[in-house]
Amino acid sequence: MNNFLLKLRQEPALMFLFGVMVPITVFLAMQLFNDPEIFFATLMRSLGMGSTYAIVALGFVLIFKATQTVNFAQGALAVSGALFLSFAVADDHIPLTTIDNPINSLPGPDWFHWGVSLVLAMVFAAILGLVIERLTIRPMVGQPLFSVAVITLGLEIALRVFNNDTVKVEFRNVKVPWGIDGFQVGKETINYSIIAAMVTAAIAFVAVFIFYRSRLGIAMRAVAFDQEAAMAQGINVGRVFAIAWAAGAVLAMIGGVFATQPPVKQSLAVDNETANIAFRALPAVILGGLDSATGALLGGLIVGAAEIFAGQYAAGETDILGAGYPVIVPYVVMMIGLLIRPYGLFGTPEIRRV
Amino acid sequence: MYKRPNLYTSYESETQILPTWTQKALMAFFIIQLFLLPFSIPVLNDDIPGLSWLPLIGDGIPLFRFLGDGEWIRASTKVLMLIVAAHGLNLLSGVAGQVSLGHAFFMGVGACTATYLGSASGSTTWGHSLPIWVWLPGAGIAAALIGIFVSPVAVKLRGLYLAIVTLGLVFLGIHLGNTSWGAKIAGPPALGRKAPELDIRLWKEEDPLINMSDDGRWLWFDIAEEGKRYLLYLVLAIGFTLLAKNLIRTRTGRAWQAIRDRDIAAEVMGIAEFRYKVQAFAISSFFAGVAGALFVGLSGQTLATDFGLFLSVEFIAILLIGGAGTTSGAIVGAFLIYMMPQFVEEATKWLSDQESGVTGVVGDTILTEGDDLGFINTSTVTPGWTLSVFDWNIVLFGVLIIVFLIFEPLGMYGIWVKIRNYWKRWPFSY
Repeated sequence: MNNFLLKLRQEPALMFLFGVMVPITVFLAMQLFNDPEIFFATLMRSLGMGSTYAIVALGFVLIFKATQTVNFAQGALAVSGALFLSFAVADDHIPLTTIDNPINSLPGPDWFHWGVSLVLAMVFAAILGLVIERLTIRPMVGQPLFSVAVITLGLEIALRVFNNDTVKVEFRNVKVPWGIDGFQVGKETINYSIIAAMVTAAIAFVAVFIFYRSRLGIAMRAVAFDQEAAMAQGINVGRVFAIAWAAGAVLAMIGGVFATQPPVKQSLAVDNETANIAFRALPAVILGGLDSATGALLGGLIVGAAEIFAGQYAAGETDILGAGYPVIVPYVVMMIGLLIRPYGLFGTPEIRRV
Repeated sequence: MYKRPNLYTSYESETQILPTWTQKALMAFFIIQLFLLPFSIPVLNDDIPGLSWLPLIGDGIPLFRFLGDGEWIRASTKVLMLIVAAHGLNLLSGVAGQVSLGHAFFMGVGACTATYLGSASGSTTWGHSLPIWVWLPGAGIAAALIGIFVSPVAVKLRGLYLAIVTLGLVFLGIHLGNTSWGAKIAGPPALGRKAPELDIRLWKEEDPLINMSDDGRWLWFDIAEEGKRYLLYLVLAIGFTLLAKNLIRTRTGRAWQAIRDRDIAAEVMGIAEFRYKVQAFAISSFFAGVAGALFVGLSGQTLATDFGLFLSVEFIAILLIGGAGTTSGAIVGAFLIYMMPQFVEEATKWLSDQESGVTGVVGDTILTEGDDLGFINTSTVTPGWTLSVFDWNIVLFGVLIIVFLIFEPLGMYGIWVKIRNYWKRWPFSY
């Protein structure tokens, strides 16, 4: 206890956090007793939000771990993948042609068609990630990391124009099988999409943790640790890059699908704001640490909870905070978090030598 | 004495901005031309005999004369504004090595302060209608203060963490600008907000010392309102360029460069890392704030969404395409990044022109229908994959960043150095 107090006195930022967290906890406990139904529904929504953030954040982390760069084009990749899904599910023809959509002629129920489309969209996203990595990232090996990050910013800008043009006139529905329905908790509805997001996040994280234990995953961690040493050990760094980008793009695409669902958005369709899911998930990545999958999960959940709870319980102060204030709550949380831990909760501190 | 390039006999001659007389004379000639640009002077406006068939460089003696004409002068003025801001980011990111994606945020702070100080108050807006010599430095100082306020977080971080945190500032700024009280400080024109006036007055008197908001006659020449604004911005841009250059080549700039190259080594050598980093943030934000105020003076409106991620990326692109860490790079980059889309637009117009352009010459062979140029859509806004010229310009902008970074990481400055060295060393390759 004495130790803890000493640490508090040494770290003013920690003291600040402590001073903020205690009242918030008390306030939330009061709300829990006040109206458990609303509290439970908010909690579920925050978990759904956090799962969506965690999925997108995991994509960032995978790419960062392999290539040491933040992929700012994640938003454009998310929308491209989600758009492909919507074309596969909702259109009668292949775009720009008169050929019938082959998925529609498959036997089986609708959810089966959707599943096939999803797999196709994942393949498409992976190929897109591979192509981008091959054309723009591979030639930059050995260049300053910031240059690579700016290249992805350029990609984001260029790709976003095409995506926005596609959804300019009509928003593209991704037609998820669970729709907008949900189950009732008292007066509150909890959408099935929240459950779906949580299950997907769980699957994605379990898959990644299993992958880290495989041969290839160990190779990826070796590359993350030291590129040149890994190369000297006979690891094919180029292949690790490619796999990380493919996986990152697939995760981005899944995140893009959930970005059209509640609790992120009620519209169920891809529009020109869907790409922002990547920028909204960035605080989760930074808070958890850029190179940690555990950090992505925890960061996503914290940030999602902060956003949803602030949106629920601070709604009375909208005049001061401004309409749509929940969207920037993650960034505020991120900045406070970084004051205390400059490399995030689970990030590896960069060792600096003269 | 004739000076050989790269042969310096004293420290003074090495740190000179323009070491040789040729450079001095060329620069003087160039600057005089820049000042003459907005005036309508008969000799300058005549066509060059034999070159009049060229659409852009044909009219007027100086080759870039067209930049002073009609709609182009606005673009030139905007470039000058961008140059001021680009110098700011260059000092922070290019010289001091602190990568920032939040430059647009600081510009927004400057823009809001300028609007708040410089324009009149109304029923839905707050304002003080102060003269330009208050709101222009005021905008810079407000941005610098915010920069100092943010810098304790920023100093702790490095690399991409810093970039993302400053990116967060941009989103924060847009949100704050859209709140109800943010709209009162610097709201959109829809709320009855007028832009601050560029007129130069002592205080709030009726007749300004120098009238900037009407067409008029300066010295012996007619000059339009846009021309006056251009000259004001030109003077400011030259002033800030000198300031940036002098900051880079004196003690502060050397300290920043040492921090950029290896921060721990710099600290060991006795450079106060924290102080210089905070200084870099403050000065860079000051530049950005002034540029934001100039932005408002040019566009006539303060919209929070103007100062978004795209603007920040634009400055990063300016830096990288011009050449990070060099003053000339910021200038060339700003010119290229802003003018390239304008040129593309002109070229597209010319291509689709029914009389003199490709449409007229080649006819239906490469065209699909009407005014459309294959994949470039000039006439209507349709869904699908025929983007408008504006969209293509954004794509071009993104592709330009990628191509430059892959093939010429040093930017235009690198290209210039290569060409110069080729001629200098000819016939030897190195």
